[in-house]
Amino acid sequence: MALVSGLACLAVFLATTDKGRRGLELALRSLWLHKLRSFLSMLGIIIGTSAVIILMAFGEGSERDVLEDIKRLGTTNIIIRSVKPPDDSNTNRRQMVATYGLTYSDLEVLATIPSITRLVPMRVFPQETRRSARSHNSRVVATVPQYAEVNDLTLVQGRFLVPDDDERMNNVCVLGQETAKSLFTFEEPLGSSVKLGEFVYVVVGILAERMPTGGTGGSQAAEDFNQDIYIPMQTARGRFGDRIQIRSAGSRSAEKVDMHQITVTVEDIDKVRPTGEIIRSILGDTDRHPRLDWALTVPLDRLELVERTKANIRQSLGIYASISLLVGGIGIMNVMLATVTERTREVGIRRALGAKRSDITFQFLIETMVQTGIGGLLGVAFGVAYVFTHAALKTLPMAAMLFQDGSPSPILHVPSITWSLSTAVGVGVIFGIYPALRAAYMDPIEALRHV
Amino acid sequence: MTEVLRIESLHKRYSHDSSEVHALKGVNIVVKQGEFVSLMGPSGSGKSTLLNVLGCLDRPTEGSYHLGGEDVSRMGDDQLSSIRSRYLGFIFQQYNLLPQYTVVENIEIPLIYQGIRLDSESRARCVGLAELVGLGHRLDHRPMQLSGGQQQRVAIARSLVNRPQLILADEPTGNLDTKTSHEIMTLLSKLNMSGKTIVMVTHENDIAKWSKRIVRMRDGVIESDEANTPDPIDESGPGLPMHLLEEAA
Repeated sequence: MALVSGLACLAVFLATTDKGRRGLELALRSLWLHKLRSFLSMLGIIIGTSAVIILMAFGEGSERDVLEDIKRLGTTNIIIRSVKPPDDSNTNRRQMVATYGLTYSDLEVLATIPSITRLVPMRVFPQETRRSARSHNSRVVATVPQYAEVNDLTLVQGRFLVPDDDERMNNVCVLGQETAKSLFTFEEPLGSSVKLGEFVYVVVGILAERMPTGGTGGSQAAEDFNQDIYIPMQTARGRFGDRIQIRSAGSRSAEKVDMHQITVTVEDIDKVRPTGEIIRSILGDTDRHPRLDWALTVPLDRLELVERTKANIRQSLGIYASISLLVGGIGIMNVMLATVTERTREVGIRRALGAKRSDITFQFLIETMVQTGIGGLLGVAFGVAYVFTHAALKTLPMAAMLFQDGSPSPILHVPSITWSLSTAVGVGVIFGIYPALRAAYMDPIEALRHV
Repeated sequence: MTEVLRIESLHKRYSHDSSEVHALKGVNIVVKQGEFVSLMGPSGSGKSTLLNVLGCLDRPTEGSYHLGGEDVSRMGDDQLSSIRSRYLGFIFQQYNLLPQYTVVENIEIPLIYQGIRLDSESRARCVGLAELVGLGHRLDHRPMQLSGGQQQRVAIARSLVNRPQLILADEPTGNLDTKTSHEIMTLLSKLNMSGKTIVMVTHENDIAKWSKRIVRMRDGVIESDEANTPDPIDESGPGLPMHLLEEAA
């Protein structure tokens, strides 16, 4: 960039010519002479520069997080959710049963759409899993074998559900890590049985520990896979029936939901949107769904939105950080004006000894630029150090208040280093010019008379 | 003898608040090489203004000022800065050394503004000048660590580094005690004896008596211009290595 090469020339000039070297030396000496003041005036630049580095790193990290989530999900997926309509509380007061959402009939119709290669329904409800004396509040996920593919699940033991399980309505289950650990501390879970509701299920597989995702994973809601227990969809239908009791603190209600979500995989990225439209028209038929109790999300749209906002976010962050650098620059200008006033005498002496106006301007400008340059370097050092230690810092008790789990890890955005450094020095030039010119245009006689 | 400076019909007017001050009302003066001139007069006489003009820190409103043969009265700011660094040496009442610099570095300053490359040769000269004024053992000290007299000596050495045509001194002993004043004036006299041209502003007769020509001013004009025979210099006490002046000057 032009800015960087300009600065490189300046650096060469400073290092080689007498004036340059002397100017640099003097600048450093003056700064050292007033250590505290120099530091305080640099503080604005330090904060501004580290803010650029840290903010850009968070931006980079969250962008990658989101992109990874979306890509992991697969941009050829469409997710349909059951949504509880808001007017339900009034109409079913007597029964306290909420009936809504996607149905087995919907699933059958969707299965006929040719462009769909995979259809993964899931039905989710909380239930206590029991094993001898132990129990665990699990989330039961009734689903089909392809669920594992779509959500990229890894098994540490055994297997996931297979088509046979659904066909035969087998009482089998797959446990998440936490569920397994809670129920089977010393025993071998595989092959043992657990009780869900009134029925017993044999454990056929254990999942590896999973990081909880934000709501951009294989489904819309945030999923904590570790607390899950997976059973075949048809088994759930048979054993639990259509109505599920939901016991939560203080109240009891029931819900009649066939499935909470269906993840659809389309064969081709170009067919995603059209397929989405087809699904919308099927579900939108008021005979099929009189109320709006479903929602459709196309991650592909999300992806494109993310990429569009990428530039906007970066721009915004850049603006915020620039503002802080601007404030830092104003601070520097303030200090330099005071410094120039303080050194009025010195300016007079130098002028008497033969300094031209340009010599004086140069001298003070160099001082300002050295200040902002050093401030910038310190800011970069601090910012980079923070980015790399953020993970460790997050575990500190104080930090827990600021950062929730699932917030993105910052990733160093390398261009932000050169950008913020050159901006820091640029700020030095812009905000140093005025004080420097003031010094240069002082009347030497007046200056010499100054205290 | 060559003329160092020639001033003819010099007027200086400047506005102060809303009124105009006519500080110099037609001054004529010539100074030749090797002279030692005192400029005296009460406050408001114009002696400081004249010194400022001589020092190219101020420009005359009317009249001419020839320095070393060049007419400097109409020169621009940059040119005047150049003239100062090449032809003039300054000694101030308040020494005016730069606090961040050591003795040697202070002496070097006029060379920087001349644009001369600072090398071992120029450094050796500065060291020589420091020795000349008796501060060869204090080269790395900062002004804060020196007494008034010592600081003034550094200032004198500084005024010599660029081999000036003319040394201008503004109350050089104003801030010093009698004994130290004596030492400083002895030094200046010795410099003058080896050929340096000095113009000095002072309000003390005792100090003026060290010079060889006393010019008195009043109300913006020269009142009198008389020769003076100074007392012989007291050579007792540690002598300064004046032979260094040959090489340094």
